[in-house]
Order: sequence, then structure tokens, then C-alpha cells
Amino acid sequence: MTALTTPAVALPPAKPPAPIKTSRRWGTPVAYVVAVLVIGLMLAPVLFIIIGGFRTNAQITTDPSGLPSVWNIGNYLDVLTGGTFWRLVGNSLIAGLATTLGVVLLGLMASYVLARYTFRGRGILYAMFAAGLMFPMTVAITPLYLVVKNLGLMNSLGGVILPQIAFALPTTIIILVPFLKAIPDEIQEAAFIDGCSRLGFFWRMIVPLAMPGVITVGILAFIASWNSYLLPLFILNNDAVFTLPLGVQSFASQYSVDTAKVLAFTSLSMIPALVFFALFERRIVGGLTGAVKG
Amino acid sequence: MSVRESTSTRLEVDLANGGDTGILPVAPPVRRRRTSVGARVEIAVLVGPALIVFLGFVIFPVVMAAYYGFFSWQGYGPPTDFVGFRNYITILQDPTFQEALTHNGIIVVLSLVLQGPVAILLALLLNRKLRGQSLIRVLIFVPYVISEVVVGTGWSLMLQSNGAVNGLLEKVGLGSFSQDWLSNPDIAIWTLMVIITWKYVGFAVILFLAGLQGIPEELPEAAAIDGASFWQIQRHITLPLLAPTLRIWAFLSIIGALQLFDLVYIIWGQYISSTAGTSTMATYLVANGRNAGNYGYGNAVAVVLFLISLIVALIYQRFVLSRDTEGAITDKGTK
Repeated sequence: MTALTTPAVALPPAKPPAPIKTSRRWGTPVAYVVAVLVIGLMLAPVLFIIIGGFRTNAQITTDPSGLPSVWNIGNYLDVLTGGTFWRLVGNSLIAGLATTLGVVLLGLMASYVLARYTFRGRGILYAMFAAGLMFPMTVAITPLYLVVKNLGLMNSLGGVILPQIAFALPTTIIILVPFLKAIPDEIQEAAFIDGCSRLGFFWRMIVPLAMPGVITVGILAFIASWNSYLLPLFILNNDAVFTLPLGVQSFASQYSVDTAKVLAFTSLSMIPALVFFALFERRIVGGLTGAVKG
Repeated sequence: MSVRESTSTRLEVDLANGGDTGILPVAPPVRRRRTSVGARVEIAVLVGPALIVFLGFVIFPVVMAAYYGFFSWQGYGPPTDFVGFRNYITILQDPTFQEALTHNGIIVVLSLVLQGPVAILLALLLNRKLRGQSLIRVLIFVPYVISEVVVGTGWSLMLQSNGAVNGLLEKVGLGSFSQDWLSNPDIAIWTLMVIITWKYVGFAVILFLAGLQGIPEELPEAAAIDGASFWQIQRHITLPLLAPTLRIWAFLSIIGALQLFDLVYIIWGQYISSTAGTSTMATYLVANGRNAGNYGYGNAVAVVLFLISLIVALIYQRFVLSRDTEGAITDKGTK
């Protein structure tokens, strides 16, 4: 961030700029070649999945690595017109949106307190939430499954949503607290002088001012929920409530003979995450940077 | 006018609530030392929901995992068959677990060795002024965003013995190199490493690029003026300044590798992974815990997995990350 503001205009003497320029020019073609190569490697498997969906099983069996001789959209149409795919997308959307909403709301409220109230036990509270980073879901998965079962939330999206909110809280709080701390005290004092209550201040000032941080946190929570596998695997045993990852897996084993259809199904299921990512790429990358720098 | 009004109403509220702040008449509310009852209620209302969800779904299950780990328990009714440390002894003596632990160790080391240098080189190259830089970044990050299930399904189709990879090798005349990539125990773990590298290297590149952008431009420029070559600058200026980012990435990578589950479970399933030599502690946990109906045992495995991660994390913190607190040139100001 600071790099953007540093002035790059320090070139009064005639000699110095030359070596910089040559070194940059020398490197550029190499950089392009490497970039193209790497991108090719990164995208090849993705393209294989997408293109494979346009082929027929016969083609795939005789020539597994070829291009479609006739581009055949039948597989995609089958998937898109069948109900399964849309039901999975719907379930994943519900789980993702509810998780995001819950994480943002609970995380923002807790971060507000941790950032702007002084009270005994604040440090401990923050440390406890931060310690949550040490407990990955894998460790707690069996008891978590029992908790969800005892709450009667087995085979319901709620049983996935609540634990996901809980496990996303540490990251959320760690990203949001510094954000809220950075809001100047003067704004708060001015608001109070104008008769704003603390809660009013929260809704009218903190929420809008924290928006960039909130969006980052929300996107991270949404993508994590969209892709999550272990928790739904334990909680959801019924086709009707499957989320997309479970659905893809069960589709792949159910139609294991029909490779082309599996490929079409798989490639359609990655589209939402890719679109979402393309739209919010800056925010996501910014959020990760912020998280690492603490 | 409004100043007077708001402070006086606030005072009244405080007094009505027990008034332990009545001594400070006009002090701005933010700076107050003692917490008024009203503020306490606000704190409770605001933190309460997050705290309940967090305690109920994170802390409680973790504590229960530790408790259940001492029982032989099939998950029906409350656990009664207390076995002390027997589960733990069984785990540590089970050759299958030891294999899984070894695989985790291999994955930890290979992840660092394979992804680190590749990601550094890519980040250094991409940090120079390139056309379409943001597009390149997005594309490199794509595998990281795709879910593990999609990655696993796609790769396992490609790597089947009659899949696209072998087909392609045949086509370019390297048919003798075609392999049973997934089930040959000599190769499977390398296959897994290729997939892991493919999926996660973008994340490392993005982190490093972010770190590189935090390095003030004056430093490499000054070195260039003094006649340092491009690679000299990278070696002696950029890399040392990037070290804090590298250390944090390595930390995330190590922890992730110790807890690897999704990819292995999806590609190799619950039974084949151990014969193919790709089982991890987490797949062992699920296979021998829930899938085998031994909840007590599964929880003990979870505790072992957690303790191993914790010990590694603490050692890393003590010997590697602590360097960052000893005053590097960068980042001190932003903290």
C-alpha cells in the first residue's frame, strides 16, 4: 500500500537510470514467457474438465487427451435441465449466504466491542477468539457432529451453517479489530456530542466505515462455505440437503461410467466460485495481505 | 446546547443504573476508565452471540474431544468405558498411524521445498512491470479458489490409467512413461504433491507479491545505482526483506500439510489411501473414528493430531517467527 505513494521521480543525474532500465528490459520477455507457461500449467486441468464436458464418452475412451471432434453440448444441457444441479446450487447458496451473514454480523459486533470498549477481560476475550485459529475443524469434527446431532440439526443446513460461522469467527475478528481501531476517536466523540448513542454509532458510523473490511471477511467466509467438504460430509447424509461439493462427489461415483457427464457437472459446479472470485479478486487478495501483515 | 443535554442524560442513565461513574461529570464517554452498567449491557449484547456460537461450536467440541479420547465409546449413550491412555497407546503403536504420520511429514517438507522456490521465482518475475499483471494474478489464483472436490474429481479422472495424462504421454511419444499414477505406491505421494503444488502455489505467489509490494522502491533502486545486478538485488535486498512474509507462509503451509484431508479423501477414498501410501493423520482419523464407529478412538486421534500441530506451531513460533519481533526494517510501523 505504501509503495504506491513512494515517489519514483528520483532521477536527476544522467548516469544512474540507465542500468535500471536495461535490467528491466532484459527481464521482461523472460517474465512473459514464464507467466504464459505457468498460466498454461495452471489452467490445463481446468480446461480439461471444461472441454471434456463437450465430448462424448466414446471419444474420451478412444482418445482421453484430445479435443472434441464435434462440440457436443448434450452433457451440459442434461445437467442444467436436470433438477439435481440446481438443488445443489440452491443449498450451497443458502448455506454460503447464511454463513456469510452470520459471520459478518456476529464478527462485526464482537470486533466493535473488542476494538472500541475498554473493560476488564478484553485482552482475554480477544486472545480466546484468536486461539480459535489453532483449532481446525478436523480436530473437533467428531464432537461437533455430536453437538449438532443433539441439537437435532442433522441433515439440515442449519447444522452446517452454525459451526461454519463459529469457525470463521477467529479470522473475521482478527481482520476486523484493527480496522475498527483505526476509525478516529474524534468521529466517535463528534457523534456522541450530536446525541448519538453507542449502539446508534455502531449502526450509523461503524458499519458503513468498516465496509471494505466487512466485504473482505464476507467473501472469505462465502468461499470457504461454498467449498467446504468435511463438515457437510459428517452432517448431511440426505441427497435433498447435499451442498455442491457433496453433490459433485456423489454424482461422480453414481455416474462413474459416464465420464463426459461427470466432467460437465464438475465444470458447471466450479463456475459460481470462479465468477465470484473474478468479481471480488482485489478484495480477496487485499484481505489476505491484510491478514498476513496482522 | 446539545452537549449539555447529552452528557446530562447520560449521567442520569448512569446514576439510574447504579451510577459508579457519577464522579466524572463531563469527561468524554470514550475515555472513561470504569465500565458503566449501561456499557456492560452493550458489551454483553454485542459480544454475547459471537461468544455463545464460538464456545458452543469450537471450544466445547475441542474440550469434549479431549474428554471422549479417554473412553472406548461407540457413540451411543454417554461414554462409560473409561480406558485411560489406552487409546493413545494403541494409536502410537499402530503401524498404519505411523505411516500416516510419516506421509504428513513428507508432505510438510515437500510442500515447502516444492512450492517455496517456485512461488518466490514467480512472485519476483511478476512483481516487475508487466502488461496484464492483474489478469495473470487472477489466473494463477484460480486453482486455489476451486473447491477440493472439483480438483480431486478432475485430477483423478485425468490420472486414471486410461486417462488424459497417459493419453497425452502416448501421443508425444513418451508412452513408456505412462504410469498408474494413483495406485502405484512408489508414485502416488508424488502425484499428490503435484496436485497440492498446483492447487496451493497460487496462494503463496499472491502472498509473496503482497509482501514484495511492501518493500520501499528506494532500496532496490539505490542498489541498482551502485551497480548491483537484478539477481544480486533480489538475493541481497528483496529476499531478506521478504523474509517475514516467507516465514508466515511457511507456517500456514506446515499447519495445512499436517491437517491435509479433503484432497486425499476425495481422490483416494477411505481405504485405498493407506495402500497407495498417501494416507494422512486426518484420513486415519475419519477412517478409524466415525467410519469404524469408534468415536472414543477417533477423538483420541484428533487430540494427537492437534497436539502434534500445536508442538510444531510452538517450536516454529519460538525459533522462527520470533525473529520477526526482534526488529526487522519492515512492518514494525504498521503493527
